[in-house]
Amino acid sequence: MSTASVTRVDGPMVEVTHSGRLAMHELVEIGPDALPGEVVAIRDGRATVQAYEYTGGLRPADRVRPTGTPLTARLGPGLLGRVFDGLLRPLSGGPVWLLPQTPGGSLDGQRWDFEPGVREGQRVDEGAVLGTVPGPGPVAYRIMVPPGTGGTVDSIAPAGKYGADDEIAVVGGASMRLTARWPVRVPRPVRERRPADTPLHTGQRVIDLLFPLLKGSTVAVPGGFGTGKTVLLQQIAKWCDADVIVYAGCGERGNEMADVVTDLFALADPRGGGRLADRTVAIANTSNMPMMARETGVHSAVTVAEYFRDMGYDVLVIADSTSRWAEALREFASRTGMLPAEEGYPATLSSALAAFYERAGAVMTLGGARGSVTIIGAVSPPGGDLTEPVTAQSERFVRGLWTLDRDLAYARHYPAVSWSGSFARDALTIAAWQVSHGAPDWAADRARMLSLLAEADRLTALAELIGVTGLAAPERAVLLTARLMRDAVLRQSALSPRDGYCGRAKGLALAEAVLAVGDRLRRLAEEGRPAESFEAVDFGALVRVRDTAGPDDDAAVVTACDTVLAGLAAES
Amino acid sequence: MNPLAVSYTAVRELSGPLLVVSGVAGVGWDEYVEIHTGGQVRHGLVLAVAGDLAVVQVLEGTFGMDPAETAVRFAGRPLRIDVGPGWLGRTCNGRGVPIDDGPPVLGPREAAVAGAPMNPTRRQPPAEPVLTGVSAIDGLTTLVRGQKLPIFSRAGLPHLRLATQIAAQSTAGGEPFAVVFGGLGLTHADADAVRDALAGRAAAGELTILLNTADDPVIERILTPRLALTIAEDLAFTEGRHVLVVLTDMTSYAEAVREVSASRGEIPGRRAYPGYLYSDLASLYERCGRISGRRGSVTVLPVLTMPAGDITHPVPDLTGYITEGQVVLSPEIAAAGVYPPVDALSSLSRLMRHGARPDHLDVAAQVMAALARARQAAELADLVGPGGLSATDRHYREFESLYLTGLLAQSPDECRTLEETLRRAWQALSVLPRRELVLLPEHELVAHGIKP
Repeated sequence: MSTASVTRVDGPMVEVTHSGRLAMHELVEIGPDALPGEVVAIRDGRATVQAYEYTGGLRPADRVRPTGTPLTARLGPGLLGRVFDGLLRPLSGGPVWLLPQTPGGSLDGQRWDFEPGVREGQRVDEGAVLGTVPGPGPVAYRIMVPPGTGGTVDSIAPAGKYGADDEIAVVGGASMRLTARWPVRVPRPVRERRPADTPLHTGQRVIDLLFPLLKGSTVAVPGGFGTGKTVLLQQIAKWCDADVIVYAGCGERGNEMADVVTDLFALADPRGGGRLADRTVAIANTSNMPMMARETGVHSAVTVAEYFRDMGYDVLVIADSTSRWAEALREFASRTGMLPAEEGYPATLSSALAAFYERAGAVMTLGGARGSVTIIGAVSPPGGDLTEPVTAQSERFVRGLWTLDRDLAYARHYPAVSWSGSFARDALTIAAWQVSHGAPDWAADRARMLSLLAEADRLTALAELIGVTGLAAPERAVLLTARLMRDAVLRQSALSPRDGYCGRAKGLALAEAVLAVGDRLRRLAEEGRPAESFEAVDFGALVRVRDTAGPDDDAAVVTACDTVLAGLAAES
Repeated sequence: MNPLAVSYTAVRELSGPLLVVSGVAGVGWDEYVEIHTGGQVRHGLVLAVAGDLAVVQVLEGTFGMDPAETAVRFAGRPLRIDVGPGWLGRTCNGRGVPIDDGPPVLGPREAAVAGAPMNPTRRQPPAEPVLTGVSAIDGLTTLVRGQKLPIFSRAGLPHLRLATQIAAQSTAGGEPFAVVFGGLGLTHADADAVRDALAGRAAAGELTILLNTADDPVIERILTPRLALTIAEDLAFTEGRHVLVVLTDMTSYAEAVREVSASRGEIPGRRAYPGYLYSDLASLYERCGRISGRRGSVTVLPVLTMPAGDITHPVPDLTGYITEGQVVLSPEIAAAGVYPPVDALSSLSRLMRHGARPDHLDVAAQVMAALARARQAAELADLVGPGGLSATDRHYREFESLYLTGLLAQSPDECRTLEETLRRAWQALSVLPRRELVLLPEHELVAHGIKP
């Protein structure tokens, strides 16, 4: 038995001496309160440990107990509809004040209904489903044979209630329990990666129409403070068509986390029955909770996502914010005296970001099902500077970028996704999907919208120099159309019950309505109509229809468009 | 055994605010420290322990300390203070020692000044406004109970007057209310002005003032906001009051943090502030909130001056990432003679929708959109002259001037009701053509006499 004791404490960094074995990334328990910590460096019988709790009162010579295992996540029934901390300890049902001695609630003692799905004597391989446990909503837990094991089912438990650590089967001589454990820093294995081919519908028009993403893709969302990053991500968490959402609040606001949780528990699941919370796992590590747990929080989140992916679900991970995670890396690197690279971040930053985003993907699971993990990572660039290391490094590894623009946000144009500073590398694949799903014009509409917005930006810059009256009527028609595009289509009110979520058909109808009005305006201008005459027309019906029509009411959009077109005709 | 009885005299190093003492045993990280030096008692916190060495930050600074005549005693635990209603009506220095000639503040309970993170699942999302009586805030950036909303200012602007006005006027719809005012690095003149302006509130037993003045020890400022928040948490969550914590000026606080960091030879981050400034500020600001099933709330209003007016400076930038919005003061509006010089377009209360009625939100959104458009028109007019503006743009410029004089401007002792604020907002909007009011629902337009 090895013994270890504390020699130095400097905030979350604890140095220990030890005799005997201690492995890198091993979990240790520090001091009389058994604070969890992880070994991050070993040299000459001394180990550097990052502590995951407040270390106030921790003294040199306090005992440290190695646990012999790396930091693992407990994966099993009880995840959905609950809130956990960065180490995946349940917060739901925990005390008001999180102290190192009472870090949270507990799932011990809970029992779940298990329904077996295999017979004794049957041959099962890794990833095969042994049985199911119903979740609180439409998503059921599929209890799987863990990776690396398999064989003949020696015994299988009958249907009934079981605790998390009860044995539910013996396969090839190995005991299988309801709850599996998995080291959070190790990606769970899959049979193969397959190309992502299905879009993730988010219900946010600017995303679905201009900068869409695939299930299994990755997106970074950089935005300075006040640009509406969190609201956009919350809207996606509420409305996107993934089966399971893992929402990792990482170093962000406590009130916001409370808001997300309250909203999720209050909102009905648009995909049939129950509450949104029933298909959500929330990981909350707010900015005043122990900093180093932020670092594990993102890994815990992806591990949970992979666990549901392996059951054959499409899972979305939202990490808000990856910058806080990177800051935790920087903070600890600085305390251990590691040589700083860009802006004090450790040189390992880019590989850490790459490793995180690479855990996304569409896969064939070990059990032969199709599943996916999609990652959307918020980035909080200091001073809104998009050249800072976390933004610059994230851009390299993601399939999509939604840059939030401060000027748009200041004009209260939400979601403030910049059309000039964002990209969607999945757009071609999605265009093909749209063609085979009844929207052959999707790609052409998208191209027209982007070029309209770009042209309007150019003309706006020009108008700032020469005044709008110096522009020709067709150019003013472009400006007017772009304004309608922004107000009637791209703007979306997160607070409105009808506009908060937008169905696919209504989104397309809105875009096509504005494009049609734009065509008419251009024709009128080319026919010599003065710009003032059509600028004075009331476009209110079209601008308001996103909010007055229901989320799937594309017919109302067509009607509004006809009203405006008729109004334009009457003017001439 | 009382740990304070053991005295260590092997002071190895004194530099800047730091003291290193050797030969210690059983000293824990973040412990509170008493330092006896040349007949005085000073105080400190343990920043690091390694073997038999302890690094202590001395709150009063190390000026005049002689290692040979210094003895260090450790409290055996992180700092705790008495809390309770006894703090109300009191004025203390930055370490919580009374400067109002009264006795030391005692309380029925003790609390650790470091605080503990609130379980996010036990938080109740902020709701219901704290009404400040200031139109710019109540109308456009509503302060919500449990929110943290900073005021971003710059040197020479009346942020202290605004913060004091808010502290003096704020109410929570008739429910028990209290203000904890933490002054960090205030000049004596400012400190006196604050005390005068808040005298009524103090007399009503609704106020605690903690004052660290500009000539007080710099490192003491690291403790002051923590004391203020510890006192506030107890008043809110044990006594059931709605507590507004005003902290001014947080830039002075961040400078104290930077000074300690530099003395320790830590790797500097942006503008030489330590990399953990975000987490450090969060450990203060995040102490606001409400708890499900309990009555009170802690609302935090930090005030900070942006050095050289730079909003990307680390202190306002990191603050903005933590807080739920910001109220920005503008030198241009101040130069135009308008008080309070709030730049509404740069300001935002993220939680406003939880503290304002739907009709109020619609009006605020329309005012904001119109201001944005008016600003564009103003920029255009600068370039091409007013003659180059369209008729619509001229309406927007008229709106802006009515907004500035009718809605924004008010006197430092004028407390406006929310209804009065909204009435003034509608008045300003009424100069715009109806087709421009796209964010207002039809029935609201009709109700306010704006005909089709």
